[in-house]
Amino acid sequence: MTGVQVATGEGRPGADAVTLADMVRQWAARESPVAAFRARRDAGVSAVVDRASLAALADLGWTGIAVPEAHGGSGLGFEAAGMTLLELGRNLTISPLASIACAAWAIDRGGSPAQRDRWLPPIAAGGTSAALAVAQAPGQLDDGEIVATRQADGWRLDGTRRFVADGDGAGLFLISADCGEDSALFLVPGMTDGLVVRSRAMLDSLSHADIVLEGVALPDEAKLGGADLVDALRDRACVLASAEMLGIAEEGFARTLDYLKTRVQFGEPIGNFQALQHRAVALFEAVEMLRPVVVAALKAMDGTEPPDGDMARLRASLAKAAAGDTLHLLGREMIQMHGGIGMTDEHDAGLFAKRGAVLEAMWGNAAFHRDRFATLRGY
Amino acid sequence: MTDPAETAFRAEVKAWLRDHFPAELRGRAELAGTADDPPSDLPVVLAWRAAVAARGWTVPGWPVRYGGAGLAASAIAALHQEFAAAGAWNPVGGMGVTMIGPTLLEFGTEAQKARHLPKIADGSIRWCQGYSEPGAGSDLAALQCRAELRGDHFLVSGQKVWTSGAQWADWCFALVRTDSSKKHAGISFLLIDMRTEGVMVRPIRLISGSSPFCETFFTDVEVPVDNLVGPLGGGWSIGMRLLQYERGSISASSHERAGAVALADVARRYRPCDAAGRIGEGELRSRIARFEMAQMAFGIAADAWSADTDRPAAGSLGKNIGARLVQERADILIEITGLNGMGSGGDAFAEDELEVARNWLFTKAVTIYGGSTEVQNNIVAKRILGLGGTAR
Repeated sequence: MTGVQVATGEGRPGADAVTLADMVRQWAARESPVAAFRARRDAGVSAVVDRASLAALADLGWTGIAVPEAHGGSGLGFEAAGMTLLELGRNLTISPLASIACAAWAIDRGGSPAQRDRWLPPIAAGGTSAALAVAQAPGQLDDGEIVATRQADGWRLDGTRRFVADGDGAGLFLISADCGEDSALFLVPGMTDGLVVRSRAMLDSLSHADIVLEGVALPDEAKLGGADLVDALRDRACVLASAEMLGIAEEGFARTLDYLKTRVQFGEPIGNFQALQHRAVALFEAVEMLRPVVVAALKAMDGTEPPDGDMARLRASLAKAAAGDTLHLLGREMIQMHGGIGMTDEHDAGLFAKRGAVLEAMWGNAAFHRDRFATLRGY
Repeated sequence: MTDPAETAFRAEVKAWLRDHFPAELRGRAELAGTADDPPSDLPVVLAWRAAVAARGWTVPGWPVRYGGAGLAASAIAALHQEFAAAGAWNPVGGMGVTMIGPTLLEFGTEAQKARHLPKIADGSIRWCQGYSEPGAGSDLAALQCRAELRGDHFLVSGQKVWTSGAQWADWCFALVRTDSSKKHAGISFLLIDMRTEGVMVRPIRLISGSSPFCETFFTDVEVPVDNLVGPLGGGWSIGMRLLQYERGSISASSHERAGAVALADVARRYRPCDAAGRIGEGELRSRIARFEMAQMAFGIAADAWSADTDRPAAGSLGKNIGARLVQERADILIEITGLNGMGSGGDAFAEDELEVARNWLFTKAVTIYGGSTEVQNNIVAKRILGLGGTAR
């Protein structure tokens, strides 16, 4: 029964996280509104990381959220990282911050002192971006296989990983690979011989790259940890995705509600009609429930170390499943309640639906996490 | 968590429970009364009730002078947790504690509070709710039960329906019409002694076979003017405030029911599963997971919302979600047990199997009473989302 009980206050964010979220919200509305995302898409820019915006995020301190203070970050952790992604998600602001936070966390947990010194300061400073070439939903999604073979002086990696968010131009990859019976996590610099990155244009106007490894030779210490670390990293990625999804859900709902109040038909706002009111309430209910669930999952990630216990795993799966179900509903209802205008490319509803759909499928969809929840609960 | 005062308080509660909670009552919370049965009058239960009431812990948040303990929310949470950990339970529940008590604390006169609250707190007086009428369900303000002011008393005549527990109640809080020329502003809030001449109660048999609800008839019932709560014609807003307390308690009770038997354990008894205990039917397994996840999400959300007092209509969301969970759990149980859960009585079925069907039928009520799902949706649409129109 571990992890089923709800603890008082677990779904309420701390004061620091709330303050940070307010700051990010104001920044994103001013510097990176949805119009910026649209302009970038229209210009055909699909590769994620551009140096200028990474430097801007670093100036704000957000690239160092999961980097300890001793290495130039703020060490605030996943609750803060999640609240940041939530507010960026509201504006469809594209950033590699989720990948960066997860990578920094994994290097801090599994890296040697030398590796921490080598990688964490440039991550915090915005000089190095990172990507997670980690199997996202084992058993559900075939995103390629990578095999790690023991060599006399280290490891050799061969194989492919598909759908790697933030992979284009990443200075650093964290790669999960099969090594014998278990999986393991490897740190691989982007400029390593034998590593090739291929763009893959996705529905959210971004590239989720394919990473091809052929005889990539790595030193011993490139292995940061085993299956426990891979699992824990996957859960953190999944929870940060849920946080971004929450931002999309809250903003998508707010815009839909606003439309219900302003669109006039039959001589009155369409939001006066009960058929639409009750649909709006159903959507509102899902979005309202999602926030505390995501906050609880973020706090659970900060409150444990790998191997995570059932409590943290259940919270992570709950958050991703709830976020997936909610965005699925939002994608449908936002367009339906907007009617024909919601079907046009000119309107933002489609941008929310498309980014939402991709996030929904990343790191295991709702069905994957319900299945995992049942397994963790022993049935 | 590490607050020394709270640590000391928890230790005090633990020690007190060791001394006062009878082991034979462990996990027997149903003895405090359910929808179908009044509180038990077994001597051991009465003694337990008296002991908890003496500490003010039946209504821990109420002021000490009215029978409470004046505890803050964090201490109340600690108290609940220590009780739960010991398998102990609050021996006093019902509408007195959850609905009329908080309403009197907010709107009652000093005399009304002093008279009624201590007896609610010690469980000696039970209350029922006289709101709905045959012609006034979701449209509650259409109520017709009349109260005419006759000097020092009202003369009340009319019919109430769905008066839960009226057959065991000592008192009734009722919405009555004191002015038929205005709809909402013609309604007043009265406290009626059920032993007054002219009060008649008739239980209603439900599809579940039980009779938790009644019809209550008032024929020229004399009610002293001192029993008017709030101003004459000011009953509607008080009555609506009380409904917020009701929604909160329905929402909270869905958490308590959750503690019952795990659905997966029932599934293993009636349905195929493998040696490791994995449920064989994927659809059933998924449905149970959906339910447990929704329940966990609601637990986390309801706790977070409880700190957010500037959103009174959150109670409507909570009522709907809680009611849906209660109903969904009953649906899953009857699906798992199939024909084994559809006995109507006799000894061919185990008692817990008979309970499956009764519970499934009774839970049809939870999305109707306390304001139907649709009424709650209207409230959320108007009060939280700010949508207009005349949706009913």
